[in-house]
Amino acid sequence: MQNSSRLSLSHYWVAFAVFLPAVLLGAWQMLMRSPLPAPLDDPNAYYTSVTLHGTAMAYVITTFFIMGFGYAVTATSLERPIIGVTAAWIGFVICLVGTLMAVVTILAGRASVLYTFYPPLLASVWYYLGTLLLVGGSMIWVVLMIINMMVWKRDNPGRPVPLAMFAIAATAMLWAWAASGVLLELVGLLLPRAFGWSTQIDAGLARTLFSVTLHAIVYFWLMPAYIAFYALAPEAAGGRLYSDTMGRLTFIMFLVFSIPVGMHHLFADPEYGSGFKFLQSFLTFFVALPTLLTVFSICASFEIAGRARGGRGLFGWIGALPWDEPMVLAVALSLVMLGLGGFGGLINMSYAMNSMIHNTSWVTAHFHLIFGGAVVIMYFAIAYEMWPRITGRPLRSKALARWQLWSWFWGMLITTIPWHITGLMGQPRRIAVFDYGEPFIARMGPLVIVSAVGGLILLISAVLLIVILLRSQFGERILGEPLRYALAVNPPARVPASLNGFALWNVIVLVLMLVAYGYPIGQFFILKSSVPAYEVTRQFGGAGGQ
Amino acid sequence: MAESQANPIKRPVLDGIVTEEEVARTETYWAIIMLGMLAMMMAIIVVTGMTNALHPPSNVETIDPTTLHRGGEFAESNLGTAVEPDGSVTARVIGEQYSFVPDCVRVPVDTPVKFRLTSADVVHGFLIPSTNINTMVVPGFIAEVRTTFTRSGEYWMPCDEFCGDGHHGMWARVNVVPKDQFPKLARTERTSCAK
Repeated sequence: MQNSSRLSLSHYWVAFAVFLPAVLLGAWQMLMRSPLPAPLDDPNAYYTSVTLHGTAMAYVITTFFIMGFGYAVTATSLERPIIGVTAAWIGFVICLVGTLMAVVTILAGRASVLYTFYPPLLASVWYYLGTLLLVGGSMIWVVLMIINMMVWKRDNPGRPVPLAMFAIAATAMLWAWAASGVLLELVGLLLPRAFGWSTQIDAGLARTLFSVTLHAIVYFWLMPAYIAFYALAPEAAGGRLYSDTMGRLTFIMFLVFSIPVGMHHLFADPEYGSGFKFLQSFLTFFVALPTLLTVFSICASFEIAGRARGGRGLFGWIGALPWDEPMVLAVALSLVMLGLGGFGGLINMSYAMNSMIHNTSWVTAHFHLIFGGAVVIMYFAIAYEMWPRITGRPLRSKALARWQLWSWFWGMLITTIPWHITGLMGQPRRIAVFDYGEPFIARMGPLVIVSAVGGLILLISAVLLIVILLRSQFGERILGEPLRYALAVNPPARVPASLNGFALWNVIVLVLMLVAYGYPIGQFFILKSSVPAYEVTRQFGGAGGQ
Repeated sequence: MAESQANPIKRPVLDGIVTEEEVARTETYWAIIMLGMLAMMMAIIVVTGMTNALHPPSNVETIDPTTLHRGGEFAESNLGTAVEPDGSVTARVIGEQYSFVPDCVRVPVDTPVKFRLTSADVVHGFLIPSTNINTMVVPGFIAEVRTTFTRSGEYWMPCDEFCGDGHHGMWARVNVVPKDQFPKLARTERTSCAK
């Protein structure tokens, strides 16, 4: 992996080093809100913990993991050194400094506003600056991904960009579009108020800008999982990718449809008319399409592998697959969780049905299943696939890795299925302590206990992950095989320009964004709905208007 | 399970083992089925949304949270339940750190109820489990949601959006009383059941 090895490994290690304590916080939060006794029984600590858990999982782990993955994919799929390694290290340091600033501020109790900020709650300026450095610093990575693809295309005229590189470039552009919302909110609204340059915050505008980020960021997290589905899994199964074109179309559809849809997180907000809510609900349906197409493509790729390995009959190929390969096992577990979480998501985005479950535990269950389940389990599989290639040491061991994947899968199901049910029963989310003496809440008690057990299983699984990675890191060095990407059954000799670049698609994103968000954002400059901010202080009930 | 050899392939996977035409044909069929499924879901949502008038709260009405107490719709004397000329009721509630005012609202059963809510400070949420009532309460805006309670009794009304360190204490109630009892109550009992 030439010059990218140390770079990728450093990014991966930051991600996984933050991952373990973040899972620990999650498991503790489950105990806090359950009828069981929890250590450090303090509601304030709960909200601090939720902020840290969210910030770590949503911004830190994902961004570092995906940046590391991007550098690895660039070097291995283009089969040449990365351009801009120095800039990449500068980006790494900026992101790391931002992470430290944010984490220290949260731990000091000066930023209990959750990772979604919720203005007019106002956190310490250091929290916003830290997040700005982390998200802003990752834009260096975005630029490097695009440059590396463009230079390769210039050097290889007429040749199709390798699918993995095409996909990681789509990921980079998706992230740039997605991050624009939170960056504008930070620079335009939160930082000016935190510094005292402005006196008020428009909560409606802030929520709208954040919604630009809030849905697309999930697809940013999801993209590495899909890149593994298309480019790594068929190879690990010993087969071929069913269709290179479907892969390209999938990543293009994610870029186009994951951004102008964020308002479906704001269906219950009073600051937009039903027309724009309906439009974005409609557009959200299209984002389900690439996933539904991917399921077909991946199953077909696996069928090719299964039959090549001697599988017979309608379903015989399934048993013939190499299920002892962590990557193959992870894809299957991931698709199950994606299916369950996806159908929950179809309910969330359904304009009117959302009222049943908005801001209940159902939503927490949905995104833990999709992100914490389907996506993160693929991060594990990617790590298991790449660690031996980067370190030159074998994975120790595949059996342990399978235990880790299975325990994460069951832990996530045991955690999230009860949450779905309590959500339908009307359990609001983000609550530190419930009064289980009330009959309305008491009937949720047993389900909450079951989900807390799931949380403990997840914690054990996370510990196992770190054990495997450390054991592999310090194992005996052997010469590893290079990372190979799945070949398509019909390798493309040429592809149309529209499937080999993103110029056209970015123009379409721009147009869709203007249609979907132009007026909803613009209206706030007419409404003038700014309100005073409320600084987060550590004394209960002591927050006051400024 | 024993560790397997690296990809012990019995038959080599050759280029074109599935022809390009076959790939394109199967993918097109699948795409059509999936698009049909999504279109059907969309149609159901549009039809049910239109026929049952199921719309999320979408009245874009602004209000200055700093002057709520100085009079107008959300003055203290105007909060709680009010009976409209057409027999329906309107309940006006303010969300603030960390309570709803009033923290108990009394309404009659089988009667159209309109909740009008706003926030005096930060973002709150307003959820009545087992009803279709679920809205954000954003400072600077008035949220309006409508329902008809078909069962009398006590309903919980928690804040369902994080609003600060006291968020978990922000629980209010709706007391739904039989239709014939409601007019007999004293005015203060009708507007609020807060103790």
